[in-house]
Amino acid sequence: MKILVCISHVPDTTSKINFANDNAKFDATGVQFVINPNDEFGLTRAMWFKEKQGATVTVVNVGGSETEPTLRKALAIGADAAIRVNTAATDGFSVAKQLANVVKDGGYDLVIAGRESIDYNGGMVPGMMAGLTNANFINNCIGLEIEDNSVKAVREIDGGKETLSTSLPLVIGGQKGLVEESDLRIPNMRGIMMARQKALTVVEPIAANVETISTKFEKPAAKGAVKLVSPDNLDELINLLHNEAKVI
Amino acid sequence: MSVLVYTESEQGKFKKVAFEVASYAKAVANQLGTTVTAIAINVSDTSQLGTYGVDKVLNVTNTQLDHFNAKIYANVIKQAAEKESAKVVIIGSSANSKYLAPLLAVELNAGYASNVIEAPSNISPFTVKRTAFTNKAFEFVQITTDVKIVGVSNNSFGLVESSGSDTAEAFSPSLAESGIKIESVDKVTGKVTIADAEIVVSAGRGLKGPENWGMIEELASVLGAATACSKPVSDLGWRPHSEHVGQTGKPVAANLYIAIGISGAIQHLAGINASKVKVVINTDSEAPFFKAADYGVVGDAFVVVPELIEKLKAFKAQQ
Repeated sequence: MKILVCISHVPDTTSKINFANDNAKFDATGVQFVINPNDEFGLTRAMWFKEKQGATVTVVNVGGSETEPTLRKALAIGADAAIRVNTAATDGFSVAKQLANVVKDGGYDLVIAGRESIDYNGGMVPGMMAGLTNANFINNCIGLEIEDNSVKAVREIDGGKETLSTSLPLVIGGQKGLVEESDLRIPNMRGIMMARQKALTVVEPIAANVETISTKFEKPAAKGAVKLVSPDNLDELINLLHNEAKVI
Repeated sequence: MSVLVYTESEQGKFKKVAFEVASYAKAVANQLGTTVTAIAINVSDTSQLGTYGVDKVLNVTNTQLDHFNAKIYANVIKQAAEKESAKVVIIGSSANSKYLAPLLAVELNAGYASNVIEAPSNISPFTVKRTAFTNKAFEFVQITTDVKIVGVSNNSFGLVESSGSDTAEAFSPSLAESGIKIESVDKVTGKVTIADAEIVVSAGRGLKGPENWGMIEELASVLGAATACSKPVSDLGWRPHSEHVGQTGKPVAANLYIAIGISGAIQHLAGINASKVKVVINTDSEAPFFKAADYGVVGDAFVVVPELIEKLKAFKAQQ
């Protein structure tokens, strides 16, 4: 089985978010970048398929050379090879078109992506890739078993879960639950050394229209001070929630 | 040329989100000077949509559509969009809507903006405001394609009533082939889900152990709320992952979010920031959550929560 894991290069979850160029662009100054958490759950599941079922795992990112350390980290975790599509990731649809082209070229059976990146939260790349490559698609995937060509998957739905059966080729939008947090791997020294020897292929982008343009960012308004209520006066809390906030 | 809106339903009835997306569609239609057409699947009575500005309902009745299937549903909505020559398609932010949206975008070759929180700030170029960086920022996005898909964030636009009524028209789309079969559905019934909840009661490591969640569930039950938890609590296995709210868990956009024994890590605050009113109960007055909350109680959850439950019961009884 050939697996492609899509890796988004995103600010660490603890990052303070700032903008530059008159609020037109994300300011990466001083920001630590990581593998998108939803993608990391998927990468870890891919490692399981590699070790238990002999799958090969390639990771891919659409972005400039600044994303290569993130791809190297994925190689250090255990991916066999990496591909970087050499263009800025501008909008979800054009990224999906670039990735779909990589999928077609490489003939991958299973494509694992996170359900969304934690930066732009578009939540569209996995589904668009599936649509563009005519593969089956399961979003919010929290369980995945594959035997030969047949797939059993679990999808989180509002208020529960759904068990699905399908077949390869398949694209999933993965998230926590696909593996546990404690299953995530920190690259060890041997992995880091080996990652240096592995192929990181840079491919040039195909022509793809941009369908959405990010024009401006705003930060949420500063919050007013909290109103403290004494634990001996909870009637006051109920009064405030009922009469002032009008939420109960 | 009307605005098309996908109005979600469950067991033959509209979900509340259907009325919110209909209200949003009406606002867009007013800006564009056109009408609203809704697509409804297996809903027996569609007349409520008129109240929220829908002019026409394409009513699909087909038992093969009883179970949600993203590919088939996306294709049904595509057929409706083409029939109506819709240039703007409005959907919601449920797990199902977010599942079908990218498939629909490919079918219609449409630009798609998710998590949109306001009516378009401009219609030419078509520009919407959405949340990004998990609520740490807002982003203005222009959709440049001929057909546009807008995913409206839950509980962001609200319900807006209009005077009017809708006419229903039977619609029989062809059904696409899907390679996905549903084997079983495991859904908690009779419990409010985080996605649909107006009030969410959430607890963290301050609760000390999973055996202490009884009072959290009771508080939620008194308020008709959903229960949620912080990341460490789900990582420790005290509560299921489906309850984890925050940056890598679920976002919460409730009217009221009550955080009990949660310190307020930046990732958690990002995930719940879209909630309108936040209450924190914590022993540590230095907990970062107090800076993000509207109301706070510095006190021991094991004392405060049971007392709050009793007082809320009395309050509810008076109402």
